[in-house]
Amino acid sequence: MLQINNLEVVYNDIILVLRGISLTVADGSIVAFLGSNGAGKSTTLRAISGLLEYEDGEIKKGAIEFNGQLTNKLGPQKIVRLGTTQVPEGRQIFAELSVGENIRVGAHTRSDGKSEVDRDYQMVLSYFPALRARLKVQAGYISGGEQQMLAIARALMARPSLMMLDEPSLGLAPLLVSEIFEIIKRINTEEKVSILLVEQNALMALAVSEYGYIMENGKIVLDGASRKLMENEDVKEFYLGVTEDEKRKSFADVKHYKRRKRWLS
Amino acid sequence: MGFEILLQLTVTGLAWGSVYACIALGFVLIFKSTDIFNFAQPELMMLGAYMAFALITLFKLPFIVGFIFALVMMAAIAALLEMMVVRPMVGEPVLSVIMVTLGLANVLRGLTGLVWGYEEQQFPSPFPDDPIMLFGAAINQAEIYTIVATAMLLTIFFLFFKYSSSGISMRATAEDAKTAFLMGINVKQVFTASWAIAALVATIAGVFLASFTFLEPIMGHTGLKALPAMILGGLDSVVGAIIGGLIIGVVENLAGFYLEDYLGSGINDIAAYVIVLIVMMVRPYGLFGTKEIERV
Ligand SMILES: Nc1ncnc2c1ncn2[C@@H]1O[C@H](COP(=O)(O)OP(=O)(O)O)[C@@H](O)[C@H]1O
Ligand SMILES: [Mg+2]
Repeated sequence: MLQINNLEVVYNDIILVLRGISLTVADGSIVAFLGSNGAGKSTTLRAISGLLEYEDGEIKKGAIEFNGQLTNKLGPQKIVRLGTTQVPEGRQIFAELSVGENIRVGAHTRSDGKSEVDRDYQMVLSYFPALRARLKVQAGYISGGEQQMLAIARALMARPSLMMLDEPSLGLAPLLVSEIFEIIKRINTEEKVSILLVEQNALMALAVSEYGYIMENGKIVLDGASRKLMENEDVKEFYLGVTEDEKRKSFADVKHYKRRKRWLS
Repeated sequence: MGFEILLQLTVTGLAWGSVYACIALGFVLIFKSTDIFNFAQPELMMLGAYMAFALITLFKLPFIVGFIFALVMMAAIAALLEMMVVRPMVGEPVLSVIMVTLGLANVLRGLTGLVWGYEEQQFPSPFPDDPIMLFGAAINQAEIYTIVATAMLLTIFFLFFKYSSSGISMRATAEDAKTAFLMGINVKQVFTASWAIAALVATIAGVFLASFTFLEPIMGHTGLKALPAMILGGLDSVVGAIIGGLIIGVVENLAGFYLEDYLGSGINDIAAYVIVLIVMMVRPYGLFGTKEIERV
């Protein structure tokens, strides 16, 4: 279980990007983590993975606990070993390595022997059969959808108990997105991996998740069961693109909304 | 007659080319993984040769034992240099880092001169002096051993980087350190390891070069030929560094013999740069390099 309490993060010692956020991912659940561009979602994942240091970022306050252990100060190697992996924004596959090598790199921290790793290699390929035909191809040459699958396969190879995905739908055709979300759902139930799903595509993310958080400007402004969130008028209006009348809201309305959000949370 | 000379020149060229290839390989390994251009690489080769020399002559160790000890010590020295001298420079401007490695080269050369003197010294070559006959050509045995050993070494490296999980992780780190962190890879360790490996390759090159030439503190200048080798191959390509080294070794030897009468005796020294110029005009990023690479 991942538990974040009142987390504050600054970049370059001055830019306060996370302003006291709290969030929980229970074992075995899928949690959607929504919010518009620049809200601080990727920063949150960076903090969880222990990567802030390399971005000149720092945790100023708060706690990140994984299965009861405080991980604020741990480096990324320790955190991967504890069971948290990340599928980063923009996939970040190793373009010069082959598809097969990318999958193997994901198993870097494993120490349970070659036969176990080989078995998981086959396991991840069974989720992404499209990759099987491309194992020897340089990863830079496969399609965007295949790269996303590869990034997920690679993250799975570490045998995580929590997998965090940063905008897996970015730049992919809707049909492909629903296919990938379906696989994520299957991985969650079949491999018992908890999922923290960062998305701008709120509709799809809420559809596969049990619980959701919505973040704006470094704060969680709304959270609740995903079914409830989908019915929430504000969420409908601003994240699901459903408006009661057809005309677009003006910026003033958005500001008004922000004020109201504080009250909501 | 013509064929024998050609064969002889080609073998000699390949032996020198093997040395260039090893040094260039060290450059590329460090450059790819840490983005640092290590101008002290030729000096690591020189120091490696002196280290083997000292262990064999001073401590009377058998050649192979002295050689292995030299490899271990050089790997350790390079690892320490990386941790103490180079790592604090990570993130500093490219030019500062270059100055540091240039400075390092001078310090290593100066120290070697202080300890062992600046005169040429005979290296206790383990290879028989008498040439062997190959298709009628007399070939220096040390050259044959150099070529064979380099070929074996490069094969081992190839297998390591292609198939071992550490090798694959090192390549991943070289490509994208940030994402390597996400895989749980100890990136600092990879940086240190790449320096250690580069020193290993350099030491091997140094011992073989000294075996068919001699020892002197400025033998690192030979290593500067690895620069055109690397530029020829493309700064970030391991295969390119090797092939570039071999091409330059062979071409300068052939040019030195066949063109000397027409172009004067310096031709073998500039042949390497002429080839580089020609290749760069056609392929600015080298024979095997990636296009978007930033040049120093
Ligand atoms: N490395 C960084 N240094 C300084 N500011 C950053 C850095 N990364 C992100 N930011 C800023 O932090 C805010 C949140 O960014 P991010 O976490 O990437 O948001 P999201 O993933 O929700 O789009 C943005 O305003 C962004 O400009
Ligand atoms: Mg983001």
